[in-house]
Amino acid sequence: MTHSVRGIMMQVLVALVPAFGIWTWLFGWGLLVNIVIGCAAALVTEALMLKARGRPVREPLSDGSAVVTAVLLAFALPPLAPWWLVVIGVVFAIVVAKHLYGGIGFNPFNPAMVGYVVLLISFPVEMTRWLPPMMLSDWHPTFLETLHIVLTGTLPPGTAWDAITAATPLDAVRTAVHSGIPISEARASPLFNAAGGAGWVWLAPAFLLGGLWLLARDIIQWTIPVAVLGSITVLSAVAWGIDPERFASPVFHLLGGATVYCAFFIATDPVSAATTPRGRVVYGIGIGVLVWVIRTFGGYPDAVAFAVLLMNMSAPALDYFLRPRVSKR
Amino acid sequence: MAATITLHRMHGGLQLEAYKAQSTRLPIMALPRPAELILPLRQHAGHASLPCVRVGDHVDRYQPLAHSAGVVSAPLHAPASGTVVAIENRAWPHPSGQPGPCIVLATDDSDLNHRTLLPHPDWKSLTQAVLLERIRSAGIVGLGGAGFPTDVKLTVSEGNTVHTLVLNGAECEPYISCDDMLMRERAERVITGGLIMMRALGAERCILALEEDKQEAHAAVARAAIGTGITIVQVPARYPQGGERQLIYALTGHEVPSGGLPLDIGIVCQNVGTAAAVADAIVDGRPLVSRIVTVAGPGVVQPRNFDVLFGTPVQHLIEACDGLRGQGLTLTMGGPMMGFQLSGAEVPVVKTMNCVLVREPEQMEDAQACIRCTECASVCPENLLPQQLHWYALARDEELLREHRLFDCIECGCCDVVCPSHIPLVSEFRWAKGEIRFRESEQRKATIARRRFEARQARLDAEKREREERLKRKQDPAAIDAALARIKSKAAGSDS
Repeated sequence: MTHSVRGIMMQVLVALVPAFGIWTWLFGWGLLVNIVIGCAAALVTEALMLKARGRPVREPLSDGSAVVTAVLLAFALPPLAPWWLVVIGVVFAIVVAKHLYGGIGFNPFNPAMVGYVVLLISFPVEMTRWLPPMMLSDWHPTFLETLHIVLTGTLPPGTAWDAITAATPLDAVRTAVHSGIPISEARASPLFNAAGGAGWVWLAPAFLLGGLWLLARDIIQWTIPVAVLGSITVLSAVAWGIDPERFASPVFHLLGGATVYCAFFIATDPVSAATTPRGRVVYGIGIGVLVWVIRTFGGYPDAVAFAVLLMNMSAPALDYFLRPRVSKR
Repeated sequence: MAATITLHRMHGGLQLEAYKAQSTRLPIMALPRPAELILPLRQHAGHASLPCVRVGDHVDRYQPLAHSAGVVSAPLHAPASGTVVAIENRAWPHPSGQPGPCIVLATDDSDLNHRTLLPHPDWKSLTQAVLLERIRSAGIVGLGGAGFPTDVKLTVSEGNTVHTLVLNGAECEPYISCDDMLMRERAERVITGGLIMMRALGAERCILALEEDKQEAHAAVARAAIGTGITIVQVPARYPQGGERQLIYALTGHEVPSGGLPLDIGIVCQNVGTAAAVADAIVDGRPLVSRIVTVAGPGVVQPRNFDVLFGTPVQHLIEACDGLRGQGLTLTMGGPMMGFQLSGAEVPVVKTMNCVLVREPEQMEDAQACIRCTECASVCPENLLPQQLHWYALARDEELLREHRLFDCIECGCCDVVCPSHIPLVSEFRWAKGEIRFRESEQRKATIARRRFEARQARLDAEKREREERLKRKQDPAAIDAALARIKSKAAGSDS
């Protein structure tokens, strides 16, 4: 039962292994490269910040929290993201979102999501260059090719970004709906299978597996994941029941984008989440509702980062107003 | 007897390794009287006792050495006959580790019993008031650890009634087994004490609660309770199920109100050891001069329980455990969760000492930042939010600390155990409570000083006004004329 901060962080990393496998199978070596660059940047930044703040360096550096931030961010970046994109995201997450607020434990916002949003707003082109999953593509860059593209930003001769990238399933559906095309028509494209985005749908079960393991190990509690997934399901089911051609199905929402990843790995970040039992329920529901609303009506195909940051803002108030009952006075 | 009790589950708590099997293997051992007994004047909650003997006095066994000083206090009796050789500061069991005032007794063999407390096997004929008076003059205080004077707890104020007496045999901290052994070996005493306290309280119901893992003790008390109407209940062996508030909730489903007493909901809770001490005092006329103490922990070769006179140095108990093992051992009074470190083995056994834990010093890990994982909140038996209290304690935000019910913390230590950042939460909360209490007392003092100043000012003003009025009256022309006339007429009268 007794564990350490380091132990918790390590188990989060272990829980990401299945998803890492699926991700790499679908999109190649990009994630591994992103993770290595991100972790290096995270550790250097963390050490420099600790030093600048006059804190002991060795102990906090080995708590694993900087690495977890980098890895969580890496999972959210496109496979062939240039190295500087990863570095900027990680540095911003650790310097601004973490240390300027007082370091581990004092950050009101999820650092990985802050880094992600900064990148999404600042570098929309690089951030939306997603590869299609391997079954939809003839071009599978080797590890060295991947490394070359990431480090130099240039593609091998004979390839062009337009030719090798593809819309993500969430983006495809959103574009269709916004231009008045019925969802059933849009989903006839080879980009999709019966459940959702071809290939993409395998990521959700992999994240779920890791998430269930974290639950079993008592690293996270069930409240937030259940509230996030439950609220997305209910909301999307109602809308889908009303008009299945305009609103995506619950299955599509659950398997698409970062839903499961968010529910188990992002929304459950203990530092930036609400901490009381009822506070957590509202916090999770809030994220679920915001994710669905932004995906359906907003300007971005996925919405996890925005939803999480918005609910991070309200977490202190939720903790204050939704305290558990103590013996009466 | 047939009454069944539905148990209510407490929030949180921990399943701790009990480590009790080792110390319950051997029967209770009576330790011989040492040559010198050191008796601290403060072995209970409340005011220190006032010595009523002088250095050089010879005292008989059971003779009062010190009287109660006020209502919340208790007298102290000589555990053995002997001569008072000193009344001075000595090392004693206190969290501060500082010496405190003690009566030191050089014991001898005269062994005459002082007879102020008479045996009363027919206690059922005694009135409530007499029972309370005898419990008080026997120096009985809560033996579970807090040491609150028992008669005060048994005194039901005007307008209140007590329906239930709870006998607490739930000894939930690891290592401690003195209540377990007491119930195994002296169950009849515990039950008799329970019946006496029921009578003193006018309670209609008595529940004796002990944990599920105390099978032998359960059998013994169940046998002793046959025909008495006392209900025996087994509660989960979960820490801190034996906390007064937690136990009452488990047995009745009623919550003791925040900042209140069990008395507020018609319940009084007494430790089983206290019950046995009450029986000893009322039935046998024996004041409280000894108790059962567990000596346990990885540092002693043979952990066991001792029946030992108050004032006996802890060293004697440890020596009777067949020796020590380990390096740089420390002594803790109480259990590993709520106990405190003793300054050394020379400190004496006192009324509130249920256990001496002998172990190597705890490895203290450096505290890291709180990551708000809420393990602490999930184990808190009072359903508090230690992660919030931690922040507010660091920020010294008294208002938020109160709103988050700092003063409902029972300091059980569950949060400390589970914290992955190794934050000493209970110490922080104790410190925050101390700060607030200190500030409050300063405020009270300031208020009193202000009132005193204002009263003095008002008095001076009034005096001044009075003086002025008197002066004015004197200067009143009519009054002067009248006085002159009076003098004149007097003079005229004397002339005639």
